Amino acid sequence: MTALQPADALLQLRNLTKTFGSGETATHVLRSLDLSLQSGEMTALVGASGSGKSTLLNILGTLLRPSSGQFRMLGEDLFTADDATLTAFRNRHIGFVFQFHNLLPDFTALENVMFPSSVRDGHERPAARRRASELLDRVGLADRVGYRTTKLSGGQKQRVAVARALMNDPALILADEPTGNLDRASARQVMDLLAEINRAAGTTFLISTHDDKIAAACSRRIEISDGRIVSDWS
Amino acid sequence: MPYAFKIALRHLTANIGQTALLASGVAMAVFIFIFMSALIGGLADLLVNRTLGNLAHVTVEASDADLPLLAPYAGETALVARQRSTRRDTGMLDAGPLRDLIETMPGVARAALEVTEGGVLIRGGRVQRVSVTGLEPDRLNAIIRFDRAMQAGTARLTGETLMIGATLADDLGLSVGRTVMLRGDTGNSVTLTVGGVFRIGAGQIDAAAAFIDITTARTLFDSPNRVSRIAIRLEDFNTAERTAARIEATTGLTATPWTETSEQLFDALVAQARTGLVLKSFAMLTIVIGIASSLMLTTYRRRPEIGIMRAMGATQGFIVVVFVIQGMLIGVIGGVAGGVLGLVSLVPFPAIEDVQSGQLPIDVAQGSIGLGIALTTLAATLAAILPARAASRIDPVEAIGQ
Repeated sequence: MTALQPADALLQLRNLTKTFGSGETATHVLRSLDLSLQSGEMTALVGASGSGKSTLLNILGTLLRPSSGQFRMLGEDLFTADDATLTAFRNRHIGFVFQFHNLLPDFTALENVMFPSSVRDGHERPAARRRASELLDRVGLADRVGYRTTKLSGGQKQRVAVARALMNDPALILADEPTGNLDRASARQVMDLLAEINRAAGTTFLISTHDDKIAAACSRRIEISDGRIVSDWS
Repeated sequence: MPYAFKIALRHLTANIGQTALLASGVAMAVFIFIFMSALIGGLADLLVNRTLGNLAHVTVEASDADLPLLAPYAGETALVARQRSTRRDTGMLDAGPLRDLIETMPGVARAALEVTEGGVLIRGGRVQRVSVTGLEPDRLNAIIRFDRAMQAGTARLTGETLMIGATLADDLGLSVGRTVMLRGDTGNSVTLTVGGVFRIGAGQIDAAAAFIDITTARTLFDSPNRVSRIAIRLEDFNTAERTAARIEATTGLTATPWTETSEQLFDALVAQARTGLVLKSFAMLTIVIGIASSLMLTTYRRRPEIGIMRAMGATQGFIVVVFVIQGMLIGVIGGVAGGVLGLVSLVPFPAIEDVQSGQLPIDVAQGSIGLGIALTTLAATLAAILPARAASRIDPVEAIGQ
């Protein structure tokens, strides 16, 4: 096991806790958690259901606030930041790939991929349209650009989600069971895609998974149990 | 196109049926608003036409002379009972230039000199007390539209003719071409020929009024160069008080608006306008409640999408703007649809002056179609604020996890 706490880490958590509720009904989901992620790492986050994986991912994605501790990413203190700052940071530096893809159903594949850029700029820039087209081409969906996402298969939807996560060229992509809802072939395609992006662009990934094969494909593996990191090796 | 606008538009077009249903509800409320405006306005016009149509909107008379200064003893109060003068020299002298001046004032349609006194019509053994009004022949129709009310003869006055109402003609057995003696309260008499018989629908005028040439009236009532009053018709009767005040300020004479001479009618019109306002407010309230509740349901249904947008970097403000624009668009679509529906429905109704008994008095011009659309858009936009704020506060983690 190696303890990774370098000063120039992409993100650092120190003594981080998350508690839901208070008093006798308080549930301690994360307990005194220390973690660092280096740029370019592809890390698997494993653990049983209810171990705290999703909560950790939500905190790292700035969707959920920790109860105590320190949380810094790219030099910014995200523990004390206000909602507007967190939203802007999330948009610029973090990409998401969810288990159930979570695409906007009334929009085309291209519009979904463009969303992070367009919502930041306030309008759809031609440059964003070109980049979104390139990304869809890169994930093998060049012929599905104008399709409503409701017309796509599960694997295709997840590839659109990957393209969307890459749209703003984020420093970190958080993937929560990205292949959990796909058949074996689609799961392999998506995992190969994530690995290829990691190799080619050096994008940092943190992938929550129950699948040992996916975890084995990652360069680092962190196991979490009862809100604590119980193993961390690479 | 602003991105928030595009998303709002996409939300509306994604479910055309639901949007059409919602817009139809708004359109119906706008239609009610427009219909009520046209009906209340038309009803007011009809009432005014049927009553004020035969009256001057403003009358200008000579002011009474100032009272003599009274000096009561110390500690005492002087009570003065004042009675309007009955002298024949109380009218206005050489009022022609004044009439011309008044006619140039904004909002004044016509002004005419009148001499009014009492008299009796004598036909054989029959005698009938009448109100005698001397009119300028070239301004005969300035106040009462005789030209639209003639039953026999023509709407024209010369020094030898008079016009009387149909009821009076029946009572005295008179018809066009017959002669009759008119005796003024001064004791002077003149023999005139009936030149026209009218029925304007106002009982007192049809039954007990005679209209003669103003020069004849001055001779009959021994008041050369004097007139009793200047009668004024306005382009919009609602401006009577303002115009009367302006005339008083300009001329120093007493100008009385119809709202003072026909106070009961004025009160009735005010009450009617208030009723219309209440009904229109209810229509607007319906729009607000309808849109607010519908958007509440929409935001609930779209919770996962709102969560996704927030996760992808949409700010709370952006979410608010998206749903407020949705409300505004529903207001515009429903408002325009209701406006068109209102216009199409109201146009076939007859003009107020042509309304027959039993028909609805609808005045399309008072339908406030533009106002209805503008108010609806505003109401819909305001109604969307609460649901939009609720949407912006949705927890993305909770919403995505659904």
